[in-house]
Amino acid sequence: MTVDKRSIADKAPRPERHVAVVVVGAGAAGVAAAIEAARAGVEVLLIDENPVDNDMMAMDVPLYFGQRMQPSVRNRALMMERVVETNPALAEAHEAGVDVQLGTYVWGAFVNGPTVRELPGPMLGLADDRRSWLVGYDRLIVAAGARDVAIGFPGWERAGAMGANGAVSLLTRYRALGSQRMVIVGSGDLGLRTAALALESGVAVAGIVEVTNAVRGDEEIARSLASRGVPFYTAHTIREARGRVGEIESVVLVQIDGNLKPVPGSEREIACDTVCLALGLAPNVEILHLVGAHLVFDSGLGGWIPELNDQMQTSVPTVFAAGDCTGVHDGMLADPEIARTQGRLAGHVAAESLGAAPGQEAGQRRADITPHIPLPHRGRGPQFELSGAATRRGLSRSEGAVYTYWQQWLQSLIHAGGWEVNICQCEEVTRRELVDVKPPRYLKWESPQMEARSLDTMLHDGPVNQDQIKRLTRAGMGPCQSRRCREQVGLLLALAAGTSIDRIPLPSFRPPIRPLPLNVLWPTDEPPAMREDWVSWFGIPTQFSPHWEAGMAIAEPTAQTRLILSDE
Amino acid sequence: MEQAKGAAVVIIGGGVTGLSAGWWLARSGVDVLVLEKSIVGWEASGRNGGGATHVYSPFGLEEQRLWPQMDELLGYPTEHQPYRIGVALSEAQLALARRWAEIGETRGFKWELLDRQQLKELVPIVGDNAIGGTYLHFGGHANPQRTVQAYAWALQDHGGRILQHTTVTGLTMRGGRVTAVETTQGAFGADTVIIAAGPQTGLFANMLGVSLPLAPARVEMIATEPLPLLRHGGVGGNGLYGRQTLRGNLVYGGGPHEWINVPDMATPDHPNTPLVRNLARRLAELLPGAAHLRVIRAWGGIVENTPDGLPVIDRLSSPDNVILATMSSVGFGLSPAAGKGISELVMHGRCLFADLSALALSRFADTPPDWRERAGWIPTNAPVAETAAGGSL
Repeated sequence: MTVDKRSIADKAPRPERHVAVVVVGAGAAGVAAAIEAARAGVEVLLIDENPVDNDMMAMDVPLYFGQRMQPSVRNRALMMERVVETNPALAEAHEAGVDVQLGTYVWGAFVNGPTVRELPGPMLGLADDRRSWLVGYDRLIVAAGARDVAIGFPGWERAGAMGANGAVSLLTRYRALGSQRMVIVGSGDLGLRTAALALESGVAVAGIVEVTNAVRGDEEIARSLASRGVPFYTAHTIREARGRVGEIESVVLVQIDGNLKPVPGSEREIACDTVCLALGLAPNVEILHLVGAHLVFDSGLGGWIPELNDQMQTSVPTVFAAGDCTGVHDGMLADPEIARTQGRLAGHVAAESLGAAPGQEAGQRRADITPHIPLPHRGRGPQFELSGAATRRGLSRSEGAVYTYWQQWLQSLIHAGGWEVNICQCEEVTRRELVDVKPPRYLKWESPQMEARSLDTMLHDGPVNQDQIKRLTRAGMGPCQSRRCREQVGLLLALAAGTSIDRIPLPSFRPPIRPLPLNVLWPTDEPPAMREDWVSWFGIPTQFSPHWEAGMAIAEPTAQTRLILSDE
Repeated sequence: MEQAKGAAVVIIGGGVTGLSAGWWLARSGVDVLVLEKSIVGWEASGRNGGGATHVYSPFGLEEQRLWPQMDELLGYPTEHQPYRIGVALSEAQLALARRWAEIGETRGFKWELLDRQQLKELVPIVGDNAIGGTYLHFGGHANPQRTVQAYAWALQDHGGRILQHTTVTGLTMRGGRVTAVETTQGAFGADTVIIAAGPQTGLFANMLGVSLPLAPARVEMIATEPLPLLRHGGVGGNGLYGRQTLRGNLVYGGGPHEWINVPDMATPDHPNTPLVRNLARRLAELLPGAAHLRVIRAWGGIVENTPDGLPVIDRLSSPDNVILATMSSVGFGLSPAAGKGISELVMHGRCLFADLSALALSRFADTPPDWRERAGWIPTNAPVAETAAGGSL
């Protein structure tokens, strides 16, 4: 058979290693999954990106660290020690025979599909700070956690605006949070627990701000915080963060009325070096999206989450998910056992599906796990049941509807801070520019035609699409890979278009899902044929030949050939 | 269903070729309707290298004449920038770059041969591995995403219509002509139909009993974080096409393609593969001064090729009110001229500014049905362990 030498046919990528089960994320769910699968007798590789390189942290990747890392995060060896020390389950995993790789990013997930037939099997793209490589797997368990949701306010570009998960990570994993005095935004369990942790770690909490009329989270924690002198500002929002030379030095709060509008004269300036956004968490579904797992929208669980069966299996039978990336709610913050149980089940079923621990023993083991497993993930709608601690606290489903809550924050922040606030920091796109669908400022473009175009006019041509708006305004196109703006862009588009956010298609995720340098991403294991046969386009000799020279053909030279003109 | 309103010219496909043709027609006062299965420019038209340097083509001179005027003609920004610089890392690469330049010279354009020092003065991030290059005082590049939207909006500004999320399901024939285009939103009457449906163009031709040999393939690109603007963003070489955008990102593609099948009218996925690593390496070799830049995005696109890699722009003899338009994977840069040519084919029966005989469908009259197999332009046999989207458990 003829092989097109310029095609991928004879140079498909080969993983440098193949592992039966790969687990991504060494949080509570991931470690539990890895241990469970290893104990069932299969080979397990557990990958976690912590300790994350300082330069990556400075880009607010993977979490919203807000430049509040202490200089010690530059000491990789020290950070490695702390990451191991503060996660005792890692030692247990190691004992169980799990191959644990820390400081390792997952930047891609590659599978065959209708338009990709070349791969020898599914594989992950991994990298550390020096090189990238590929690992094939039979089963993948994604336990990638969740990311802070941010909504901007005047001054949020200053160092010190950060997310609660970022703060918690710096406080617990790294013991390197460079904050003295923080104001926390959001009084759900995330905010309250972050405040308690901050106090325990010697960080002053200068206030907790809440857009609704009452504190939302656990009453006991709230009481304890109040008794330690933490002020609560309910029915308040942020007017701006102030400070010289790019650092936050204070935040101005303002009371809001029943229409989420500022009450004149109610401003209050609070000294702080950190504004910690604890509005909520969005599940990290990038990898799940890349492998083609079906995602559904559930406002009670943080937005887009994988559709799972009762064995933590996604719509892609070889891929499982567990922990916060499957949907996150306050109950999970209160009780890490929920994530652990999900992880154990995923690990067990993944191993079993590979023929490990066959027979009665397996059935018994699964029975041991299953009765305890809370399953808030069986698709959407009425089947949803809050579980564990959340149920005990009598939370209703509607209270968990985070997008309604985020809309309240967004609207109050628009009323208090206006439309000229950057919604995308990387590309400097304001809220107004987003809904006006303005071309980026650096084009300095003005025309009456462009002036007449806006989100409204685009809605005549079709439903709102975040990827399309991204292309035109560049909101979400920057180096943080839209981690700081993805949800607020969706929220604002939904608000401006008068639609609900679940009707806006999931904005795409593209590899690399971590921003890696060219000289880290590049392969050192390139097959010779890749270099020998490489051309810029298809290598069809007649494709770029001058039409006035009949019979002329130009063969683009490769590493092996010189330029060939067929009329020679 | 409500009676759908047809148009004098119905264009199947809201890609860059169909939109440009529609815009040229609309600005000449012709009633046009573009039918697009998803969003305008959503496929390869909006995700490509943005190159606008194709002087070898019958459309080449008009391409060069039109691009500098496009912002003004459209009323929306395309980010078109003139000039191209070819970087050569080997004698063979330099020979190719020179050949490209000389083709331009034949057409009356100027260029300069650069030694390494001159090259580095123009492009400081070029390394000592470069042996020289070419500086074309012609050609250029533009932003595909912005340009496709500009065509669409400008078309509407001239009274043309675009229906997005409208999939064409069939063509109604009566009296040897196509009289209507059937879609998921109803049937649209048409005097003339332009089929500019990218990889699916061949499927529509088949509906008319016409054989248009096309092979679809998937190609990939990467984008880095921004760096300060170079004097000219149109820098290529080392087997890569691409550009520095006006934002500063380096956006490049190249290397092996994967032949695929596009079985139906659905919008295909276009995922990336580990090829993004190989692209990163070629780019770091091309521009060593940028090797530390972070890759923040990659994407793939599906393009189609004819057996000789040249466009088919042709009015069928039967049915005689249908124009086939595939640019054979090189459509973006040529779009201002190709669209104009197609509009003239509709309005005047022929292209007034260029001889399109080299692009006629008749050249494939003797192409055997198994031409893809013979050329090896067929999908790689997926190996047994196809566990990706659902191996058995």
